[in-house]
Amino acid sequence: MARRTFSIGGVHPNDAKISRDCKLEYLPIAPTVYIALSQHIGAPAKPVVAVGDKVKVGQVIAEPGAFMSAYIHSSVSGTVKSIGPRKDLSGNNQMVVEIAVEGDEWIESIDRSDTLVTAIPDDPKAIIEKIKLGGVVGLGGATFPTHVKLSPPPGKTCEMLIINGCECEPYLTSDFRTLLEKGEQVVVGTAIIKKALGVGKATIAIEDNKPEAIGHITKVVESLKSKGPEYSGIEVLPLMKKYPEGGEKQLIDAVMHRQVRSGGLPIDVGAVVDNVCTALAVYEAVQKNKPLIDNSVTVTGECFPKQANLVVRVGTPLNYVIDYLGGVPESAAKVISGGPMMGKAIANLEAATMKGTGGLLFLTKEQTKRMPESNCIRCGKCADACPMGLEPFLLNRLYKAGDTDALEANAAQDCIMCGCCLYSCPAGIPLLDAISQARGQVMGIMRARAAAAKATASSPTAK
Amino acid sequence: MTTTIIWTIAIISGLGLLLALTLYLVAQRFKVEEDPRVELVEKAMPGANCGGCGFAGCHAFADSAVKASNLDNHYCPVGGNETMKKVAGILGYEVKEKAPMVAVVRCNGTCSARPRTNEYDGSLSCKVKASLYSGDTGCSYGCLGCGDCVAACQFGALSMDPQTGLPVVDEEKCTACGSCVKACPKAIIELRKKGPRGMREFVSCVNKDKGPFVKKACANACIGCGICFKTCTHDAITLENNVAYIDFGKCKLCRECEAMCPTGAIHGVNFPKPLDKEAVKARIQERQKKAREAAAAAAAAAKEAEDIKKEESNG
Repeated sequence: MARRTFSIGGVHPNDAKISRDCKLEYLPIAPTVYIALSQHIGAPAKPVVAVGDKVKVGQVIAEPGAFMSAYIHSSVSGTVKSIGPRKDLSGNNQMVVEIAVEGDEWIESIDRSDTLVTAIPDDPKAIIEKIKLGGVVGLGGATFPTHVKLSPPPGKTCEMLIINGCECEPYLTSDFRTLLEKGEQVVVGTAIIKKALGVGKATIAIEDNKPEAIGHITKVVESLKSKGPEYSGIEVLPLMKKYPEGGEKQLIDAVMHRQVRSGGLPIDVGAVVDNVCTALAVYEAVQKNKPLIDNSVTVTGECFPKQANLVVRVGTPLNYVIDYLGGVPESAAKVISGGPMMGKAIANLEAATMKGTGGLLFLTKEQTKRMPESNCIRCGKCADACPMGLEPFLLNRLYKAGDTDALEANAAQDCIMCGCCLYSCPAGIPLLDAISQARGQVMGIMRARAAAAKATASSPTAK
Repeated sequence: MTTTIIWTIAIISGLGLLLALTLYLVAQRFKVEEDPRVELVEKAMPGANCGGCGFAGCHAFADSAVKASNLDNHYCPVGGNETMKKVAGILGYEVKEKAPMVAVVRCNGTCSARPRTNEYDGSLSCKVKASLYSGDTGCSYGCLGCGDCVAACQFGALSMDPQTGLPVVDEEKCTACGSCVKACPKAIIELRKKGPRGMREFVSCVNKDKGPFVKKACANACIGCGICFKTCTHDAITLENNVAYIDFGKCKLCRECEAMCPTGAIHGVNFPKPLDKEAVKARIQERQKKAREAAAAAAAAAKEAEDIKKEESNG
């Protein structure tokens, strides 16, 4: 049988999973942590602690600032030293809570034992409330607050839950290690999300370059089937290795053969997609009362001497992580947060990790060299590679001409910024740079238009 | 052979004439009546179609100006008062004169003053660079140096100085259309009053960080110490978010703030004489001393008066 994958575009970069054999390891706690107040999509959280307060591990330090926001918990025990702006990894100021670490004292309600709790609470509302209180956000990269995702708008029903274990980004292995070492917890987490959504089917999708994970999770799913009705209907689906398989819309296409329309959400086609690490965080929040205070980070790169998959407390300074593994190697020219395709180059190594930090990748000058830009030769490789079916060469030209109407007509707002166009361009044209700008412009115009329409609709004079 | 050529020429010419006639008739039949003044006004405009007036181009401006009942919302920054007088003459309106403006680059983070902390190898566009990160220096507010403003200027008034890495405004060519202001993602460029004979004072920094961080990132930055704010006797300087700002409407060009600034972030341009910092500082100190003495004397007098009052009430 042909291996399943998404239908449009995609590229096949070398997966370079050189850290795949490194077991998850707990990083010692840093002497000072800096916990950002905006670690999720939506409004920043509002701090509820003051300078000088003593905090324990798992204590709430900030509350949601709006509907679309999340709780933030202290990842260490110690004293709050300051609340103020600090440079994040792109060098821009962000509000952070600085905590000086003293010991490692956890709040009592957290169950720190290793026993697997398989009994799932009955009430879906209670589950979602617990997820909200646990500050769980999507750990696949977008850090979308999970409790919002699990509360579908009225009139829309979920038909299938997809747990994303593709990890299609080259180099990254933290999801793979989580599947291997915490597979039971991930499957229980899947069952919990399934229960919260009230949906019968769940698919754990894993790319077939991770056969160990596929085998292990299949076994775990089988062994847990007897534990309750929530555990039936979970299946493991191997997918063909292709980037960007882990993109939400691509994954829905691959698993359900359904396409999300432009501007739509996965729930429109009856799907909810969550990352495996999110499933693990949900398990910990619901079954163990442990909020999202740490996440797994892959530290890797050919030039980096010590590969590792570390479990890092949120807010740990990046240079502390790197120094623990022996410091920045001489030959490294660029440090990237995330994977090589969608990750962001880090300008400031003093910045701290956040809930969504998934990897630290070291690349040499040779690896990061940009091809000199030349003229477009109309080969169409970018259009073939685009998983959203866009025409990157055209969008690039329209952006240069400043034609926002045509950009909108050609769906620049649908770009998922996966970088396939840039990866495939033989002329070295920085397509993604232009298209991401164009996307921002078009989305701004669309938002303004929607706001104006809302204002006219709600004003009393409108008929 | 010859007949073929003759026939061909005859048919093509005939067709041409027929189509020309059709076009002429259609043009006459469906002619759009336009106020003839629109064309006159458009001719009086500079014709740069820069959009500095807020309209799509010179024709849109002319069209709107003709339909308007006065010229309060219409001003062509490129043509300035002269053009507006002509337009007002055509339309028979009054026009308010505006002080000439000029684009001012409020960043003085030269290559030597602002050390590079990393290397940028992405697209040469300030907009792209700003969306990716804070820039290749320690300052997250300063000029990114990719020249989006230079590309936006239609009058050739901006150029990058390779020595400093900052854009330079040619005052003669700048028409204050504001294209560069819109193009700059860091909002460094501001339109300011050109000033008498081009003389003006401004704070050449927009960094909102606290003093110690700013000092580490750039030697020429405003550290928000507030000395200029305390020195100014014209109430022209405000200090907000750790950065000073000079209101060009209130500034009297006394240059005292410039003399007192510890980092040289305040710039005075086009003054006939170079600033004698020591003399100005001495003058300010003298004035402050006198003010202190006067305050002390006033306090003493007030106390005396109070004492007398007390004595009177006791007695």
